[in-house]
Amino acid sequence: MRFIVNGASMEAQVDLRTSLLDLLRDHLGLTGSKKGCNQGACGACTVLVDGTRINSCLALAVQYQNREIVTVEGLAEGAALHPLQAAFVEHDGFQCGYCTPGQLCSAIGMADEIARGVPSIVTADLSAETIPLDHDELRERMSGNLCRCGAYNGIVAAIAETFAKEPA
Amino acid sequence: MSVIQDAAQSVMRTAIAYVPDRWVGTAGGDPLRTKHGLLGAPVSRLDGPDKVRGAARFAAEVTLPGMVYAALHYSRIARGRIASIDTAAAEAAPGVTLVMTHLNAPRMNKPPIMMTAPKAAAPSDLPVMQDAEIHWNGQPVALVLADTQEQADHAAALIEVTYEGAPAVTSFEVAKAHAHHPPTILGEPPELKIGDAEAALKGAAVSVDHVYRTPRHNHNAIELHACTVAWDGDALTVHDASQLVNATAWTLAQIFGVDEKQVRVTSPYVGGGFGGKCLWWHQILAAAASRLAGRPVRIVLSREGVFRMIGGRTVTEQRVALGAKADGTLAALIHTGVVAMTTHNNCPEQFTFPARHLYAADAIHLEQEVADMDMLANTFMRAPGEAVGTFALESALDELAEAMQLDPIELRRRIEPAKDPTSGHDFSSRHLLDAYAKGAEKFGWDKRAAQPGARREGEWLIGMGVATATYPYMRFPGCAARIRLGADGQAVVSIATHEMGMGTATVQTQHAAARLGLPLDRVRFDYGDTTLPEGTLAGGSNQTASNAGAIIAAHEALVTELLKLAGNDSPLAGLKVDEVEGFDGGLASIADPTRHESYASILARAQRDEVVVEAEGAMPLEGQKYSMHSTGAQFAEVRVNAVTGEVRVSRFLGSFDCGRILNAKTATSQFRGGIIMGLGLALTEETLFDERSGRIMNPSLAEYHVPVHMDVPEIDVIWTDAPDPHSPLGARGIGEIGITGVAAAVANAIYNATGKRIRDLPITLDKLM
Amino acid sequence: MTPFTYARATGPADAIRMGQGDGAKYLGGGTNLVDLMRETIEHPATLVDVTGLSTAIEPLDGGGLRIGAAASNTSLAAHPQVREAYPVLARAILAGASGQIRNMATVGGNILQRTRCTYFYDDAARCNKRAPGAGCDAIDGFNRIHAILGASPACVATHPSDMCVALAALDATVRLDGPEGARELPLAALHRLPGARPDVETELRPGELIVAVDLPALPFAARSTYRKVRDRASYAFALVSVAAALDLEGNIVRDVRLALGGVAHKPWRAEAAEAALRGKPATAENFRAAAEAELSAAVGLRDNAFKIELARRTIVAVLGELAEVQA
Repeated sequence: MRFIVNGASMEAQVDLRTSLLDLLRDHLGLTGSKKGCNQGACGACTVLVDGTRINSCLALAVQYQNREIVTVEGLAEGAALHPLQAAFVEHDGFQCGYCTPGQLCSAIGMADEIARGVPSIVTADLSAETIPLDHDELRERMSGNLCRCGAYNGIVAAIAETFAKEPA
Repeated sequence: MSVIQDAAQSVMRTAIAYVPDRWVGTAGGDPLRTKHGLLGAPVSRLDGPDKVRGAARFAAEVTLPGMVYAALHYSRIARGRIASIDTAAAEAAPGVTLVMTHLNAPRMNKPPIMMTAPKAAAPSDLPVMQDAEIHWNGQPVALVLADTQEQADHAAALIEVTYEGAPAVTSFEVAKAHAHHPPTILGEPPELKIGDAEAALKGAAVSVDHVYRTPRHNHNAIELHACTVAWDGDALTVHDASQLVNATAWTLAQIFGVDEKQVRVTSPYVGGGFGGKCLWWHQILAAAASRLAGRPVRIVLSREGVFRMIGGRTVTEQRVALGAKADGTLAALIHTGVVAMTTHNNCPEQFTFPARHLYAADAIHLEQEVADMDMLANTFMRAPGEAVGTFALESALDELAEAMQLDPIELRRRIEPAKDPTSGHDFSSRHLLDAYAKGAEKFGWDKRAAQPGARREGEWLIGMGVATATYPYMRFPGCAARIRLGADGQAVVSIATHEMGMGTATVQTQHAAARLGLPLDRVRFDYGDTTLPEGTLAGGSNQTASNAGAIIAAHEALVTELLKLAGNDSPLAGLKVDEVEGFDGGLASIADPTRHESYASILARAQRDEVVVEAEGAMPLEGQKYSMHSTGAQFAEVRVNAVTGEVRVSRFLGSFDCGRILNAKTATSQFRGGIIMGLGLALTEETLFDERSGRIMNPSLAEYHVPVHMDVPEIDVIWTDAPDPHSPLGARGIGEIGITGVAAAVANAIYNATGKRIRDLPITLDKLM
Repeated sequence: MTPFTYARATGPADAIRMGQGDGAKYLGGGTNLVDLMRETIEHPATLVDVTGLSTAIEPLDGGGLRIGAAASNTSLAAHPQVREAYPVLARAILAGASGQIRNMATVGGNILQRTRCTYFYDDAARCNKRAPGAGCDAIDGFNRIHAILGASPACVATHPSDMCVALAALDATVRLDGPEGARELPLAALHRLPGARPDVETELRPGELIVAVDLPALPFAARSTYRKVRDRASYAFALVSVAAALDLEGNIVRDVRLALGGVAHKPWRAEAAEAALRGKPATAENFRAAAEAELSAAVGLRDNAFKIELARRTIVAVLGELAEVQA
């Protein structure tokens, strides 16, 4: 099977049962994406597929051949951290760091959703063309990413700062 | 997690009550105790870039040649025996290397249970897969090794086990009928009486007397428990996610009958611990299977497996009775109760500990019992005892304040003790009322309506509550540090300590750099590996003080050595160890900083490439002479939906008195993290233990509700920053205090919003409808 | 997870051809099925990937919308016409799961998701849904999240979907295709009550595939909403949810649509409440009477009796919000 991960084409022979997450971690050596529940309940495995955030633990790898997959390892430009990565460090948007790759990928996907006008349950006006990047919107939209260390305030601050600076 | 060290401290307590101050602590004349600069600065965590890149390598991410993957099969009864176990289908399944059961597992020694030896770390002393006996519902009964995780998981599901059930105690009510005193509560007597508290309660002008209940909880660190293990002859390497590497190595050595030095445990990154990432059965089983199969093994528990096999916080039932005199001081303080435990572990959830140190009362009665159940061994979880004990005690104080028509903060002012109320010792440093005052001002406590139910916006009732936070200071013995100072002006400081996100590595790098007089980027801190000088376990919020004490001792040895090397041709000639400090890349006279020589110069003259020293921190005697505790005031504002009973925490502020804060950024995160876990404790978290089967029914992050982003408001954190005169660096650990008092602050705020007093956690919406 | 074969369908006919035979299952986003396979509750021999089927959301002649079954939950909630004309549907979808899961989950898969009953999920427990005739450990166990309406002695599980509650309220039709040909079913008639056979959860015939969902034109659905009550502020299944649309003429309820989630084995269309309200003034008192009409048959178990009152109150609050009436 052929997969496109972080811009590189990769071949792997995998069991049909292998999830996209296990493909990345066990077969492609990309251990940045994390396994926290393997049931779509924590978000640590979040990756971007064709720009859209998904839980890679619930995705069978076979379904994602020839799609553009971006993991946390694909966010930085060489030595330069992605602005969101730098903001996470600055705002202490993590402690143990285990949920962090999922939070980062999720936030990037989320910012794109907001830019595309996808509403959330806290969006007051469903017909509004633009959605504010406010505290409630960010918290609601990031709620699929658990952080047991409780770095939520730092995560939200980092996201708000990054995407307020450079609208997605 | 104080365990053996605490027990030892208690024994020593009377004997050394009169230790002279120069023996107490190691920080008496330490200039760094109050000096600002690197210490205290909001330095971003140094492992941050690796973590945000996904480059930090966790235990399940170590790959070894020839490695096979493990999966477990768990029992489905709580007590009895395995009658038969059919592994034929599993053995025949594709990719399977080994199926291990009690029938073929290597013989192992009984695990040394915590508190039976200084480095004993087993959570339970049950034999591990050595016989057919079942002791809890979810006990692992078979382990499969296969070439891939998919193959191992599938094969484990093919194992058929039949059981001969035996009567099991899986009801707390039933177990309570035989509740008894444990031998000790972490070294303290299970019952403590000062005066006749029941009589004083009866005679009190105002009294409250209620029972409070807290359920089981699971740590639920997001990283699943995992390790990758390999044997080389009798040498075992365990790449673990661990908060106690040295104790794990020692305990595994006892179990497998090898020398402690033959077991190496590494744990460079831990994806959250909170008391849960200790030694459990998975490391033992992985090592046993690896030995049997002759292959390296990786084991990663499923989330369900974590619930089945890693203990959590136990259930408690607590009575708090308070009797007040007309002036608002306490005539009686009674805090008693019972928790569920097992006959094969020792973790009595010390919920009466807050009441030993917090408030003055004429008569005090504290008593804890345990009720033995057939269940997975319960264990330490963030602020064991204090987290749930403060819920009961601080709710009761709020009820008393209400009964007396007194502001809850004013009540606490009236019962502030001059000395520790049960030990009689002086406090080393206590600024609780200051924390209350500062917190109240910043939070806007004066806007709280004294009458419940007075504030409403639309469907939402709004209320404020407050509660005291408390956690003891601990520094453990046996913590050593090594400093390697190179002629190039680079230093490497190492301790087998743990970084699970608390900021340990960053803070001790700051500390070492400040002490050595080097910039941050010239100091590296190594940790999480038993090949390094022995550290303490990450528990009891001890690491900061223990590591600081060890670095102080090693630094003293380093300065001694450097002054020797500097000799008579140095500007430092004639100065003694306590007359110099690290400054500007070298040593300088404290009295006259112009007397300075760089490390490079000292080493060059001595023709040395490096100096390496190692030393152990001084014995933690400070805790014997003084009552050393951190305290704080937790302020909550909640909104309770009058229609549905839903609770939203709209504002929160923690005001802490925890000694010197060493890194303002990582400390804020530690406090917030504790508070957020406290919000879960208050509102959403409960491990559902089915009392018919003894089985946990929500072994999942979808059904065990830890707080999500949307549950968490912006949390304000402030601190007194008052250095403790008797601790290294003036600091007291802060990993656990954040969770304490939170549930009571929330419950008190809910009362203020609604007039409903909930004494049973979690406060789910059905209790408020 | 038991080994299986996998095939990707290029169109409905292809899917149906491959979906015949024992043990074949259609695979959408996988957010529920993959989890259940990993939990060893589902053991399909063949997975037929239907994510390549129609994701189109298109206007129907004469009003309404046709939604391809492979459309993602996110794309449906974000569709301008859904947001404008069926806000109850957009809000129901957005109240469910997480952003990531909504991106993966298909409309067809959402409809066919299975219960969150913890005894269903644990194969050490007795469950008539997993093993017909085995018994039910939920009835006397932890049943806080379980059904208060339409349950049976065999099963008290609930259907977990939010989206389906809105679809039930909107009189959506499910378009099916299968070995015996194409047909339509009202969404409200697709899911079954448990009765004696809780293992049979829908009226789907063997090999039948959901190809689309049709939303009829319903102008007054512009005044509709969804309210979900749950144990966390986000990312939790409903304890009780209410989907409602209200058609007022002056102060009189000309028409109303009401459906409940989290209370039954299927999305619960509250027809008794609707009937009680039609033609009546939109007052809090009438809303309460309507709620009572629906919930008079509700039965509480050990842990879930609160849902009866919660459902009553939530219905009143939601109708009050739509009518701008103070409860």
